[in-house]
Amino acid sequence: MNLMKRIVILGATSGMIQPLLRKMAAQGNEMLLVARSQERLDAVRSDLLARGAGTVITFETDLTCSPDLVFSFAEECFSDFDTLLLSYGTMLDQSKCQIDAEQAIREIQTNFVSAVALLTVFARHFESRHCGTIAVITSVAGDRGRRSNYVYGAAKGGLSIFLQGMRSRMSQYGVRVLTIKPGPVSTAMTANLTNVPMAADPEMVARDIYHALKNSTSNVIYTPRRWRWIMAMLNAIPEHVFKRMPI
Amino acid sequence: MTSVATVPDRDVVLGRRGSTKTEYQSWGRYPKAAHDRVTKIYWRDQLQDALRCADPASLLPYGMGRSYGDSCLNRGRDLLDCTALDRILDYDWESGRICVEGGITLGDLLQVTVSRGWFLPVTPGTKFVTVGGAIANDVHGKNHHRVGTFGCHVKQITLYRSDADAVVCSPAVNTDLLQATIGGLGLTGVIGSAEIQLKRIGGNAIEVETLSFQNLDQFLELSAASDKSYEYTVAWVDCLSGSQTRGIFFRGNHVEKTVSHRSIRMKVPFAFPEFVLSRPTVGLFNCTYFALKARNPGSALVHYDPFFYPLDSLQNWNLLYGRRGFVQYQCVLPPGDVAAVKRIIAAVSNSGEACFLAVLKAFGEVQSPGLLSFPRPGLTLTVDLPMRGNRTLALLASLDQLVLARGGALYPAKDARMSPAMFNAGFPNWTNLVPYIDPKLSSSFWRRVTAG
Repeated sequence: MNLMKRIVILGATSGMIQPLLRKMAAQGNEMLLVARSQERLDAVRSDLLARGAGTVITFETDLTCSPDLVFSFAEECFSDFDTLLLSYGTMLDQSKCQIDAEQAIREIQTNFVSAVALLTVFARHFESRHCGTIAVITSVAGDRGRRSNYVYGAAKGGLSIFLQGMRSRMSQYGVRVLTIKPGPVSTAMTANLTNVPMAADPEMVARDIYHALKNSTSNVIYTPRRWRWIMAMLNAIPEHVFKRMPI
Repeated sequence: MTSVATVPDRDVVLGRRGSTKTEYQSWGRYPKAAHDRVTKIYWRDQLQDALRCADPASLLPYGMGRSYGDSCLNRGRDLLDCTALDRILDYDWESGRICVEGGITLGDLLQVTVSRGWFLPVTPGTKFVTVGGAIANDVHGKNHHRVGTFGCHVKQITLYRSDADAVVCSPAVNTDLLQATIGGLGLTGVIGSAEIQLKRIGGNAIEVETLSFQNLDQFLELSAASDKSYEYTVAWVDCLSGSQTRGIFFRGNHVEKTVSHRSIRMKVPFAFPEFVLSRPTVGLFNCTYFALKARNPGSALVHYDPFFYPLDSLQNWNLLYGRRGFVQYQCVLPPGDVAAVKRIIAAVSNSGEACFLAVLKAFGEVQSPGLLSFPRPGLTLTVDLPMRGNRTLALLASLDQLVLARGGALYPAKDARMSPAMFNAGFPNWTNLVPYIDPKLSSSFWRRVTAG
């Protein structure tokens, strides 16, 4: 069982991972928190320190535009990190994304393009280290395009496929790539959406991710676990039927 | 790119209307209230927009919903769910000062502080309340005779209001707003963060002594004798025992010992049928409980959790009372006025209602800074009664007359039905709170007791 020690978190103020960060803090882990708002980062930092985290460093930046800056900060101020957790994302209104190209591109840019840029840059570190874990939160929405959420789904699905290939490449170096596919979780991101089916508690999601991070054999996890079977069933529906389904 | 809108869109900030969130009720589940819109707040920087976007007198901050009546409800209007504001912002393990966001629960806080040798200065009978709620209701505990209310230990708060930027209030600056907020029922603004002075402890154990008493004069003697040498005192009263009010007196102190504790968490799965807590079953329970405790008097070393929070191990215990819920009646009567306590207990006993939980405690002299604080020197009696419609309301109205005649008061955090006259009698200075109320905030309780 490999214990985590030094973790870089890209999107450290994401609602879904707050309980996870607390769990990791209680184990005395050291963390580099990266997010857009220094005020929010400060609140998360002090909370994690009070709950037992070792060192906690923060770095304020817009992750969608400066992969090299983030990477060099991590290398300089938080060298020898062994885990990367990419957890940021946005969910823009599908009804706007499907008619407004700018919105659609923005959604893909944030959830896919910028993540690809960061992962490509950070891969270097793990390649030379010959160990470690790269964990990325994608979504069950990426498993099949649905009319209610396909722009977001395309970005997350693209990211899942990118990770699939990266996993294969990084396995040559002994580096693990973990794809985390959560179902809907009740967080700030989903707070304003109506019809969030079966929204899960972030505590439950935290338990699953924590377990997967500790258990070095898992590659792709669904959380809550029932989503593996729900998505398997959805994927089995023939396209000519699926396209008429109002989901 | 599009420019950032200067006026935030209300539906974006507060969420859409008409989400019938039935889980936002009060602990007594009476009265039931439907809210128009519930907005969950995740970061303090969202509070300002949420307050500014709201309609006048439309909002109320909501925490764990452990108020029994309607002081945490806002029927037909909106709530701000603040439970995600649960971070520890600053701490000093040398001095025991801790600064936390308003939505953190006391239980969550204890998990962090106890292992470092610090305890809450004051704790109510459940750990599932937020710090913001503890301040807004100026809660008290079994050590009121020594250290006063929760509000006595608040060193600073940051209050978010619709008409100002975040206001820092302390005994040094904006003192009047601090005093209005302590016991201010959440109406003076949202408590974004609070700094509290914790209490040093040498271990997680409480040495508790259990004694039985056969009548209320014996209770008074025990209470007076224990107040000096025991930090925590409280008594359970058997309301159904007839002319002589017997009960069990508990007194305890922190000791420099550590005991292990395995928390068992059971859950009441649904609202029980009403015969579960009826007169015969409760009578049987009370007899058994008294017999067990009275047979084994003496001292024991217990973990703080079962000592302070015996009911917390049974999640949703409020559902035991059935679909119609229950009411808790907590009054304070003048010091030593056992006659009044006797009359109230007799009235409850004669009514035929099943009173399962009755607690008696002598408040001390420590004055709270809170403007509308409930605790005052005297005896405080708390009884839980299943809500059985008009006959329960009639019984409580008759108790009101007894309390009124003795110059007593009722606890707003527990109340679901007192009249404006009753509120006015218990809190004659309530009009002093009015200028401090945020124009965007209101509550079901406040509208009820200030009507007419």
